[in-house]
Amino acid sequence: MTMRTANRLVPFLLVIGALMFIRAPFMIDAAPYESTMGLVQKIFYYHVPSAVFALLSAFVCGAASGVFLWRRTPTADRIALAAAELVVVFGAVTLITGPLWARKAWGIWWDWEPRLTLTFVLWMSFAGLLMLRRFGGPGSEVMAAAVGLFGAVLAPFVYWSVNLWRTLHPTTNVVMTLQGDMRTVFFWCLVAFLFLYVALLLTRVRVEAEAAALEEAYAALED
Amino acid sequence: MRRLHRIWIAVVALAWLAAPVLAQVQPGSPQESFQPARPEDFGGERLPATPFVFVAYAVVWVAVFGYVFLMWRRLNRVERELADVHARLSSRGR
Repeated sequence: MTMRTANRLVPFLLVIGALMFIRAPFMIDAAPYESTMGLVQKIFYYHVPSAVFALLSAFVCGAASGVFLWRRTPTADRIALAAAELVVVFGAVTLITGPLWARKAWGIWWDWEPRLTLTFVLWMSFAGLLMLRRFGGPGSEVMAAAVGLFGAVLAPFVYWSVNLWRTLHPTTNVVMTLQGDMRTVFFWCLVAFLFLYVALLLTRVRVEAEAAALEEAYAALED
Repeated sequence: MRRLHRIWIAVVALAWLAAPVLAQVQPGSPQESFQPARPEDFGGERLPATPFVFVAYAVVWVAVFGYVFLMWRRLNRVERELADVHARLSSRGR
């Protein structure tokens, strides 16, 4: 599938994603309370999908960075940059909604336990990557690609940290053991985030491609 | 190819260094599953959950739709500028 064909999908993905997002709060409201945490557990329905797509985006960025370091294709570089930006956006949502949930459920806003700390380090790595791209000057794309690879290596540690260290944070098992309406609502939100994520990634890549075309056009104008 | 080889070595070294840390599994009791309950069971909470849930959802909506809006504006600006430069190029006969 070419980028042009992929870009044609964006409006459909955005409309379907937006409709699902609008429906989601009604479904979340109707979903049952969790037995130990009560209402505040409902943050889960947006917190976890945003974390899932932050980690997925880290993998996308790492893969694209690897391809860029190997083949030096501009498309790989654009995908890596777009994915890194989405790690920062979805990661920020995760890092803000998490403490709101923690304050009520654990009685504290933040704890330097492995899951939270690793998520913060991952977010900082990709924020650093974006700073490098913005202010690093010529050649910074190669260094940024190396940072992208590092971030992608970190992502599995973030995912497994709750199962390995077993601290305050719920384990990954909670998703697979969800029951009835809780399960339906969670997967509804996950699919809504998926549509949104793909649409945003494609659009961000398109912005970069058009910015590169603009630079070429300016160079031709100066000749 | 040599650069890729170096990166591969760095990745393997990182995983190798992390292994002892990961081997130290600590005992604890994190939550393993979410069980459904009724809203009435949470009537007497000292710290109400509603503001936290409301702010969390507001953050998601503002972040997502704010980012979509910024991207749409950025794309429009680049496309407009590109059309302008192409028009100037074609007026110069290129």
